[in-house]
Amino acid sequence: MNDLRELYQEVIFDHNRHPRNFGKLEGATHEADGYNPLCGDRLHLYLILDNDKCVERVTFEGEGCAISTASASLLTEALQGRSEAEARALLQDVVAMATGNVVNTDALGKLSVLSGVQEFPARVKCATLAWHTLESALDQNDTAVTTE
Amino acid sequence: MQAGTASLVTTMDRLASGAFKADFPILQQQVGNKPLVYLDSGASSQKPQVVIDAMTKYYCHDHSNVHRGVHTLSQRATHAYEQARQKVADFINAPSTDDVVFVRGTTEAINLVANSYGASQLQAGDEVLITALEHHANIVPWQMVCERIGARLRVLPINDCGELRLDQLDALLSSRTRIVAVAHISNALGTVNPVAQIVERAHALGVVVLVDGAQSIPHAKIDVQALDCDFFCFSGHKVYGPTGIGVLYGRQSLLQQMPPWQGGGDMIRVVTFEKTTYADPPLRFEAGTPDIAEAIGLGAALDYVSAIGLDKIAAHEKALLEYATAQLSSVPGLRIIGTAAHKAAVVSFLLKGIHPHDLGTILDAEGVAIRAGHHCAMPVMQFFSIPATARASFGLYNTMTDIDALVAALHKARKLFGL
Repeated sequence: MNDLRELYQEVIFDHNRHPRNFGKLEGATHEADGYNPLCGDRLHLYLILDNDKCVERVTFEGEGCAISTASASLLTEALQGRSEAEARALLQDVVAMATGNVVNTDALGKLSVLSGVQEFPARVKCATLAWHTLESALDQNDTAVTTE
Repeated sequence: MQAGTASLVTTMDRLASGAFKADFPILQQQVGNKPLVYLDSGASSQKPQVVIDAMTKYYCHDHSNVHRGVHTLSQRATHAYEQARQKVADFINAPSTDDVVFVRGTTEAINLVANSYGASQLQAGDEVLITALEHHANIVPWQMVCERIGARLRVLPINDCGELRLDQLDALLSSRTRIVAVAHISNALGTVNPVAQIVERAHALGVVVLVDGAQSIPHAKIDVQALDCDFFCFSGHKVYGPTGIGVLYGRQSLLQQMPPWQGGGDMIRVVTFEKTTYADPPLRFEAGTPDIAEAIGLGAALDYVSAIGLDKIAAHEKALLEYATAQLSSVPGLRIIGTAAHKAAVVSFLLKGIHPHDLGTILDAEGVAIRAGHHCAMPVMQFFSIPATARASFGLYNTMTDIDALVAALHKARKLFGL
């Protein structure tokens, strides 16, 4: 159960039960679909980048497991006010952390709760789905990103 | 136990007590420091020692390539391989071993029929009828051949219990229907489909019927002559045999008229650069070196199942299903998806407030292996407007104690999630 508690920390439950910035965003400048065919998780990410390429607003819609929902919700909080370059750097750090690579988790703040998936290889894709979708949105890629 | 009283312990008693677990070395382990409770036989069943031994013995003593060899090992390998074909024919009551084609699994069997029978018989405007309960393996091959030919794929719908809407069958069987392809048992919901009745109504219109038996082969006695189906497909690994081996049973008159779908060795009679004449079925459809050890392993698995008795296994699993349905229904917030009157040893369910994928992880930490996801039946999930389910499926080695472990783990999951 110890590993399970590492995976399902209170922050995860909180964001799963009460996802932040959930819903459609009118006037999005960037958006993308994310899909995990393995478990059926789907999400849609909306972003408004201002003229300085800073994140003005970010929201998400969709349904998924506790890990993918909490990860998307945490993403929307973490991105607020960041520049595109910072957002891209952050997503690389989160993906690296989730896949077990050594990163400075202190610098990730609240996002470090996602490190619990390291011990659950089958669940890494749940934690990274929102972040891969972010990359797709920033790239303005029209095709849905999948974790497969 | 004293000699003489052993006979009083019936096979049913042994099934109920889980005595057959001892035959499966993989089940003797712990997962997450808990005894493994394997409830995923619908995805793949485990293998008894006799199957593993049969394959090891073959590789240690008898292996060579089959057919045409005159040396001892080749003759032994050929004999064992063809003996396995006989065991399959006996197991499903096929009229002859010539009706039994070895393939990699159910998926390959359906692809073979779609690409050989389907592609040679279907014409633009013809129709193939499948059902809303099918596994992707009995949807996609037909979609592909229909698209190529300009034929139309039609779908028999289901009701809210997950049962086929037979009342719509006659309307969907049109003068253009050429093939009906239907699952014997739904892998996602456990619904047992009335295939004999479907065969009868299709045959009245001269329509050929393929039965996807991937889920029925370990749970029910199969008699292809009584079913009167034209094709019956199954995988070895669902019936306690190895992966990589499966069976296509075909009505001989249909197999005879079907062109080969892969070319190569073993499927020919005479090859010249001008023209090749093909072997008769079943070898016509077995190009290249087959999965010899796996076929032998399958034969051993069928012997094992037959020795216990499929009627007894079915009765045991029926008791498990009834117990599981009752026990699971007592878990607050649990909803069973698929409530057909006639079901096999599968329970798909949702637990309010916990996504199936989270459930899968939490149950695994308790040593309980279930499956979470769409079960390769996305249209079934779409019908119920759900992304996924958790699914427990049972085999001959499972017991009511296993179901108690599942229910206890579900209560733990609820507690962890603060429900």
